[in-house]
Amino acid sequence: MRGWGFWAASAAVLAAGVGFTELADNPYYFNATYVVLQALIMAVAWNILGGFTGYVNFGSAAFFAVGAYTTIFLHKAFALPLAATILAAALVCGLIGLGVGYLTLRLKGVYFAIATLAMGIVLETLVNNWSFVGGAKGTYMLTPDQHLWFDSYSEMLFMVMLVLALGAIAVSRKLSSSRIGRGLAAIRDDEVAAECSGVPTLRLKLVSTTVMGAMMGVAGAPYPYFVTYVDPISAFNLFIAVNSIAMPMIGGTSHWAGPVIGALLVGSMQEIITVTISSELNVLLVGIMLVLFITLAPQGIVGLVRKHWKKRKA
Amino acid sequence: MKRICAALLAAAFASAAAAAEPIKIGFSMALTGGLAGAGKAALIAMEIWRDDVNKAGGLLGRQVEFVYYDDATQPAKVPPIYTKLINVDKVDLVVSSYGTNEIVPAMPIVMRNKMVFPSLFGLAANEEFKYDRYFQIMPAGPEPKTDWSKGFFQLALEQKPRPQTVAIVAADAEFALNAAAGARENAQKMGFKIVYDKTYPPATTDFTPIVRAIQAAAPDIVYVGSYPPDSVGMVKAANEVGLKAKMFGGGMVGLQFAAIQKNLGPLLNNVVNYDFWVPEPTLNFPGVKEFLAKYQKAAEGKGVDPLGHYLPPFAYAYMQILGDAVKATKSLDQGKLADYIRNTTHETVVGKVKFGRNGEWATSRALMVQFRDVQPDNLEQFAGPGKRVVLYPKEWKSGDIVFPFKQ
Amino acid sequence: MFSADLFANAVVSGLLLGGFYAAVAIGLAIVFGQLDIVNIAHPAFVIVGSYTAYIFNTTFGFDPVLVGVAAMPLFFAVGVAIYRIYYAAFERTGQESLSGLAFFFGLMFIIEVTLILVYGVDYRLVSAGYSGNTLSFGYVDLPLRMLVPFLVSLTLTAAIWLYLSRTFMGRAIQAVAQDRGALQLMGADPVRIKQWAFGLGIATAAVAGALLIIIGPVEPSVGRQYIGRVFAIVVLGGMGSIQGMLIAALLLGVTENMVSTFYGPSWAPAVAFGVLLLTLALRPSGLFGR
Repeated sequence: MRGWGFWAASAAVLAAGVGFTELADNPYYFNATYVVLQALIMAVAWNILGGFTGYVNFGSAAFFAVGAYTTIFLHKAFALPLAATILAAALVCGLIGLGVGYLTLRLKGVYFAIATLAMGIVLETLVNNWSFVGGAKGTYMLTPDQHLWFDSYSEMLFMVMLVLALGAIAVSRKLSSSRIGRGLAAIRDDEVAAECSGVPTLRLKLVSTTVMGAMMGVAGAPYPYFVTYVDPISAFNLFIAVNSIAMPMIGGTSHWAGPVIGALLVGSMQEIITVTISSELNVLLVGIMLVLFITLAPQGIVGLVRKHWKKRKA
Repeated sequence: MKRICAALLAAAFASAAAAAEPIKIGFSMALTGGLAGAGKAALIAMEIWRDDVNKAGGLLGRQVEFVYYDDATQPAKVPPIYTKLINVDKVDLVVSSYGTNEIVPAMPIVMRNKMVFPSLFGLAANEEFKYDRYFQIMPAGPEPKTDWSKGFFQLALEQKPRPQTVAIVAADAEFALNAAAGARENAQKMGFKIVYDKTYPPATTDFTPIVRAIQAAAPDIVYVGSYPPDSVGMVKAANEVGLKAKMFGGGMVGLQFAAIQKNLGPLLNNVVNYDFWVPEPTLNFPGVKEFLAKYQKAAEGKGVDPLGHYLPPFAYAYMQILGDAVKATKSLDQGKLADYIRNTTHETVVGKVKFGRNGEWATSRALMVQFRDVQPDNLEQFAGPGKRVVLYPKEWKSGDIVFPFKQ
Repeated sequence: MFSADLFANAVVSGLLLGGFYAAVAIGLAIVFGQLDIVNIAHPAFVIVGSYTAYIFNTTFGFDPVLVGVAAMPLFFAVGVAIYRIYYAAFERTGQESLSGLAFFFGLMFIIEVTLILVYGVDYRLVSAGYSGNTLSFGYVDLPLRMLVPFLVSLTLTAAIWLYLSRTFMGRAIQAVAQDRGALQLMGADPVRIKQWAFGLGIATAAVAGALLIIIGPVEPSVGRQYIGRVFAIVVLGGMGSIQGMLIAALLLGVTENMVSTFYGPSWAPAVAFGVLLLTLALRPSGLFGR
């Protein structure tokens, strides 16, 4: 997609979002879309490291939870508004991403994956024992009465999430098409070769872990407002990690649009299944789709589409 | 003639249409994920209620229909589900999912729609909201956190020689920590000295070091707030270490379930633990036996608790109260229903229910029961009386405490 | 609070716990340590082992450990089959790092949900005749519920160690980890060796699962609790080294129980994983790596 086309499309989506809040007054659609958008940001964020450089992060839920708990802490301590806590969550989670990356990215990829697993458990234990934010008991976040100029609270959260999601996509697209992106792709294809040909591999990897962390924190920041009650078990939910790996894998990891497509497809499917079949199938389906896609179509949906186009050209 | 026929037909259709329009009751339930065992059992009980009501002609002459979705024990799924139920499915009534984590995310939505919210086993979930149409069927009482363990300490207080020191240990999660906080308050109020007060992560494999550390602090009584797997671990570890405390138990979730009772067997003897309903003669409320018979038949092969003493009667009762309110007020008006539920003493399968502060039970019925004479590897023994003797409150008492507790 | 009695028991119970950890980790020490396959679904196979033990224990009254050992060939076959898929889809095309990880992640989920669909989510327990007894030596207690898993696990570890170091196939497995090309030159088929090793790794899960359900109740998702721990043990132990893995497992068990006894059980996981993070940062070859 060319530059102006992308921005026009983004503007159109945003306008459609605003129109949606004006026309529809059914909070279900806002709540359901919120869940899909949250998954979308997580998927886009995961892909910045996982897809662009090939390093796997198993600790997505931890970044997400830290984002949520940043909001809780700042709300309890200083009564800061959502916009400020989103920025703070980006900062905190970006720093955590940088820290984990700095400690382990010099090593083989699997060590990074395991470090993210361990980091998740350490952070969860810390939150469990930090009683100011509720500790293991969890904490309440009552919905405030004012919600800017929106008709309802769910509309506001929906718009916040929409703006954040578009921002995340723009950042991801920018990263992939810039010089940084080419460097990252070089790392994914052959790190040693990239290093030898002068790509500053460590610095590039650190940039992407930081951006990934920040973005996941941003996705988690509004979460306490959405569920009103947060405890470590639900914030550090493994399902968040599974989704943020599965969605880019299904959509295709090599292109910035892959996680977007994957998240929209899988996310809305999950929402639809929840209110239709509503059973274990829901969880099973994600697992099966993930395994089927990566064994049969390792390039994801984006790869399938590309192949199709090539065939038609030829 | 033709015209009369047509008119009759039309009338028949019209009345059939009115009768066929069912009353829709919506809820989310944990049918997968961590709480699915309880969620599925609750659903079975609720469906028994629905069938009972429909067999007797429904509510307001209309059949009752459930609209429910699986929240997969994920709080984030709850807000979309309740907005879908209320705004898209246009249900007439809502009730809650199971457990605090899944109840609270629905609260703001239900409150915005001013709907009656009968709720299933949330611990002090209305403390922050103070919503006057919230009704909690769990009989923890008006001060859920402290009422939960009051009986345990009250019993200790009455023993001779009077126990002086207490150890409190709890899992790092919502219910257990609240139970422990209440226990701490009760212990201090009643003049016990707390000699050990620690929490442990739910994913603990080996509980013997914890029990040993407790043993080293030499408490007279031990209060435990735990979830099913750790309840088993704690009971086994207490037995292996030879815990010398005189009373042991209190807030252990899981000891109410038949499969765990069967596995632990005689290790449970003389453990004093909370419960809400046990098959003792003092708690033989009208209808509960019939309900359990139906439940036990329906539960076969579903992978849920086969006896169903703990949650299912209450899941049936919270529907019963809502249904009776509809019948008594002859309406689906949320305000009228709430007033009725608030001001009436309800007759249910779990006994008389009267709601008080914050929609909790006006008086606590957190029972303290003691396991007695439990035989190894026998599930059926728990179906009848005598194995879990009610010690507290006095009103429901069915036996005397064995003290001190010995393995 | 500190006393010799507590200290001795913390160490002993830590060793018993660590011994059990070794049984869960040994399969991964082969698969991840030797073959470099990040089988994050290993704990899920362990849970399958637990359910196998559960089914045969409750319907026929067989001893869980015997069931675990008897189930090993079956698990071995499943492991071989999974490696065939893994090889065909990822290793051959060189996509094992990213897609392979996600593959096992998905596999873990499928196993877990299938178990839930079939058996529900309530906790399963087994009854073994010995599980209630405790041996006492002075003030040190050895509950059989922990001692039996410990001894079985040590036997398993010793057997695997002997197998890897003494037999031709075992040496070939170690060789494939070190120099695949050289092995090929010698006329051995690395794919066959790797599938054999992978099968062996999965087979150990049958025994580990039986031990897990002797220690405490099991439901389909408890495997997740062990993912972090077992990877920590394998990395701490220096990847391929079986002895290193065993020492790391014992060390983790003792650390957890010491923290649990003397400081507060709540911090036990953070200490264990903090050690792992530090190891990764400071000495990534593991405590006992070359």
